[in-house]
Amino acid sequence: MATRKPQPAPDVPQHFSDGSDELARTWADAPGFWGWLTTVDHKRIGRRYICTGMVFFVLAGILALAMRTQLARPENGLMGPDRYNQLFSMHGTTMMFLFAVPIMEAVAVYVVPLMCGTRNIAFPRLNAFSYWVYLFGGVMIWIAFAMNVGPETGWFSYVPLANSDYSPGKRTDFWAQMITFTEVAALAVAVELVATILKTRAPGMTLARMPLFLWSMLITSFMVIFAMPSVMLASTFLITDRLVGTHFYNPADGGDALLWQHLFWFFGHPEVYIIFVPALGMISSIVETFSRRAVFAHTAMVLALVTTGFFAFGLWVHHMFATGLPALGNSFYTAASMVIAIPSAVQVFSWLATIGTGKPKFATPLLFVLGFFAIFVLGGLTGVMLASVPLDLQVHDTYFVVAHFHYVLIGGAVFPLFGAFYYWFPKFTGRRLSETAGKWNFWLFFIGFNVTFFPMHYLGLIGMPRRVYTYPVDMGWDLWNLIATIGAYLIAISALVFVVNVVRALRSGEPAGDNPWDAPSLEWATASPPPAYNFAAIPRVDSATPLWSDNDLPALSGLRSDRREILLTTATDADPQITWGLPKPSSWPLWSAIALTVLFIWSIFSPWGVVWGAIPLAVALTIWFWPSPDDRGLISEKSR
Amino acid sequence: MTRRIAIVGDVSELADYGYGPQALGWWGVLGFVLIEGMAFVLAIGAYLYLMPFEAHWPPALRPPDLRYGTLFTIVMLASVVPNQLIKHAALREDEPAVRRLILIMIAFGVALLIVRGFEFTALNTRWDLNAYGSIVWAIMVLHTIHLATDFYDTCPLAVLVHVRGIDGRHFSDVEDNAVYWNFVAFSWLVLYVLIYWLPRWLS
Amino acid sequence: MIGALQTAARLHAAALADVQSALDPAADQAQAIDGIWHLMLWVCVPMYLLVMAALAFVVWRARRQRRERGDVATASEGSLYNGLGIWVVVVMLGLTVLTTASYLVDRKLIPAQDAQVKIRITAKQWWWQVEYLNDDPSQQFMTANELHLPLAQKTHVELRSDDVIHSFWVPNLSGKRDMIPGRVNQIELTPRRAGKYRGTCAEFCGLQHAKMSLLVYVDEEKNFASWRSAQLGAAPSPGSEVLEHGKRYFETTTCAMCHTINGTTAHSLAGPDLTHLASRSTIAAGALPLNAGSLAAWLSDPQRQKPGTNMPTIDIEPDDLNALVAYLLSLK
Repeated sequence: MATRKPQPAPDVPQHFSDGSDELARTWADAPGFWGWLTTVDHKRIGRRYICTGMVFFVLAGILALAMRTQLARPENGLMGPDRYNQLFSMHGTTMMFLFAVPIMEAVAVYVVPLMCGTRNIAFPRLNAFSYWVYLFGGVMIWIAFAMNVGPETGWFSYVPLANSDYSPGKRTDFWAQMITFTEVAALAVAVELVATILKTRAPGMTLARMPLFLWSMLITSFMVIFAMPSVMLASTFLITDRLVGTHFYNPADGGDALLWQHLFWFFGHPEVYIIFVPALGMISSIVETFSRRAVFAHTAMVLALVTTGFFAFGLWVHHMFATGLPALGNSFYTAASMVIAIPSAVQVFSWLATIGTGKPKFATPLLFVLGFFAIFVLGGLTGVMLASVPLDLQVHDTYFVVAHFHYVLIGGAVFPLFGAFYYWFPKFTGRRLSETAGKWNFWLFFIGFNVTFFPMHYLGLIGMPRRVYTYPVDMGWDLWNLIATIGAYLIAISALVFVVNVVRALRSGEPAGDNPWDAPSLEWATASPPPAYNFAAIPRVDSATPLWSDNDLPALSGLRSDRREILLTTATDADPQITWGLPKPSSWPLWSAIALTVLFIWSIFSPWGVVWGAIPLAVALTIWFWPSPDDRGLISEKSR
Repeated sequence: MTRRIAIVGDVSELADYGYGPQALGWWGVLGFVLIEGMAFVLAIGAYLYLMPFEAHWPPALRPPDLRYGTLFTIVMLASVVPNQLIKHAALREDEPAVRRLILIMIAFGVALLIVRGFEFTALNTRWDLNAYGSIVWAIMVLHTIHLATDFYDTCPLAVLVHVRGIDGRHFSDVEDNAVYWNFVAFSWLVLYVLIYWLPRWLS
Repeated sequence: MIGALQTAARLHAAALADVQSALDPAADQAQAIDGIWHLMLWVCVPMYLLVMAALAFVVWRARRQRRERGDVATASEGSLYNGLGIWVVVVMLGLTVLTTASYLVDRKLIPAQDAQVKIRITAKQWWWQVEYLNDDPSQQFMTANELHLPLAQKTHVELRSDDVIHSFWVPNLSGKRDMIPGRVNQIELTPRRAGKYRGTCAEFCGLQHAKMSLLVYVDEEKNFASWRSAQLGAAPSPGSEVLEHGKRYFETTTCAMCHTINGTTAHSLAGPDLTHLASRSTIAAGALPLNAGSLAAWLSDPQRQKPGTNMPTIDIEPDDLNALVAYLLSLK
């Protein structure tokens, strides 16, 4: 009689996606719409965060098209100054607060726990809460805009223009409060990411072996933690100046208009690095995978990220060179603003060296990275130009600056983001995007972008200021504005190609498999899309490129299947320490977000909103944190 | 392309809670402390920034009265004692001590909120008088929100530890709460010097 | 292709000779900045081309690689590290050169406080109040939206704002400087080429930020002196009945609530000083040319010409309008 081949023990999985039925049940959401509302699964929340961010991207893009159409000809009558001023304010506000930061955090919310090898993000209900707060803040400002009460003083809303004397009504109040929403959401995610990256990494994933994307998200999260309080203070002071008569920014009563600028830009400069540093991590992931080798000079890359994060806080005065601050102080900020180019230069070298000594496959993700090089480096160089005080005094507040920041933001963040979408889409959805459509997407975007924004350098130099709803006939600006407008429509077409690509892939795209790109990091070790519990056993990592070993992947068993548990490891060496129960799905993050929204919106109309609105919020938060009898994740079952 | 895995170890013997940086909740409190600490630093920065815009400082009849502010500071510092005690009680998992001490913390919280209320009446300035008044009130309100939130946090925790047995996770929560309380206390020290003493040293 | 390049060059040349361009410096300050601009181009353009060439090389070379995945040849890693070190040094050198040059030019822009001509400009939404200052009060005068500067002399401009942050920017002459309520900023201009230049507000200041411009005339010494003495005098008396009608209308209606015409009873500072309006080439802070047609259009409906402007639209009878226009055009 043939002996049966010994079967593995019943709950010892053979693959990371092979979890037992009990494990799947433990990590499952409630069915249907209620499940969607109450989920604390970082993947479901990450997906909706990404989709919402992209919706705002498209909305802000449409505003840009409208602006460019108005500016295509001099003295155009498509819209008057009030509408235009709201448009550019909403465009900037939406892009910066509702798209750029949230989308980077969104991708991180999805990818980071998987790349760490764990089952969920830290503080899962806070994650759900963060999404709702973000959504409600974005919806609030867009409804305000639709009702002609949208912001009108630009995305950085200088005072005294933004004070109640010169911006009467509720427009600026809605804007300032929207900042509070998005700031709360961003800070929540930042704290989750720090805890996830430092405490839940797979055993063996020492800091030295940690992927550069995790480094970039760790640094970004610390930047969020130290930068966002500044805009919180700034916008709160603005609201109180407008609503209850404080004098922070009122020069007639001891205040100062520049206090706003200092507080805003102390946040605002790190903000652009908060947008940029995640993209640097995305580029490293893509370059590594598609060059088929680890990134060259890993330590230098980590140091480059860390120094970028630090220096980002020392530059903010370069936004204020024209305000008449002492010259010597300005010169310090020139030097600092130049110095931050050095870590970026190191990174560019390192990536080029990696591609050059690897065996690259030029798929769409890598194409977008190449586009990043061409566009971001140019933007970085105009940044060096702007760092010089005298030159900045000519081109500050002109279309030259508009060109610069679009080169660094679109080149430095949006191109890598699209690369990341093409890269991680198979993981998110289990389908591949079309490579052909991807190439069309890339080239239309690349060409359209340069056609739109390159002429703007020239326009600024020949005298065209920013934020003008029209311009005179005889300035010599007509042709270049028209060209820029044509480019804008090309960008719009490329966005359409992307949307069509995504929709078709979701419906009938080629199935992706676990690791279609043969990538080295842990998120590719499990199924596409991953099961709710991510990994049936906890991966153990022995190198910086775990999936490039030819052996079976090592893993640790022992996490319980009957309650939601993750493994906590030490911060530097990732040695297993304790297990930690995580909460089950809950609707209280949603109710708390609604209560917070009521408080924030009420307080736009009356200061008592803060007091009375605090009551339902306190109730909702209390119930949220109160351990329910059936949520065993919140208690220890092994007390000493 | 589905990779096989090989089980090389087991973690089922590990404890399922811990203290200090071992516990995940501790990192949440740390994050919160960093955020709010930065907010205080910036508010202090705004205060110092606004000083040169007035001929003399403070631009008010008098600086804030010392009486309530100092009383608050004394009581706040005193509260650190039971706070440290409850933290150590949680670390050694001493249920009766935790139950006792948390009631003492609640009492301190109530006392502090009452004194803080009186403090607001003795600031000798209003938020809408000038920028000085605005920043003084802003700092006071910011700190009071933290005080109130921490006090509010402690209440359900107090109920919880009395109504049920305290398990490892809850001891960990008590420790986290104590860490936050220390932040509220020590941040106040700096703010106290700024609001009550700096104007006196300058004049 | 050639035709396109020629057209582009012509357009470029036309723009270069433009009255509002940083690329056509006509004063010491703009000249110094132009120097930095060219230095930047000489450093940054080759830098960009170098990086793009490296990118192209890397892509070309990589296509020919025969490495296996994950394979890293340690020998080339060593020389790559050397390359990285050299690259960092090159970048640091370049940045040091640019920072130093920038610092030196910045020092040149600091006002020297020994200017011959002193002007105070107070920005308001959305026009420029211009005061020519003098130690002797009888030599002071006020105008609006237009500057005359003496050639080859230093003019010191004090910059203030009455309402929101504006910014004074005449690119052919200098970089910009913000005008911030509660603060006094200053800028120095030393023009070297006579002619007409255009400046504009360069800090978003509300509804009509786009139409807040000013003209700057750099005059030879003689012309400047005669312009100045003309500005010092009162407005010309009306020489005909129509003009008299216009003047009376001006003095007795809402016009006098906001405007000044020296020599009449209108003395308000809320709006631009119109004493010598007809000596200027534009109205409404550069929004419209100064001629009978646009003046009539402006007066009858300022909100239509510049929506949001602080000048209200008032019903004016056609007779009054004609007289008013004629009178204003007589204020040379």
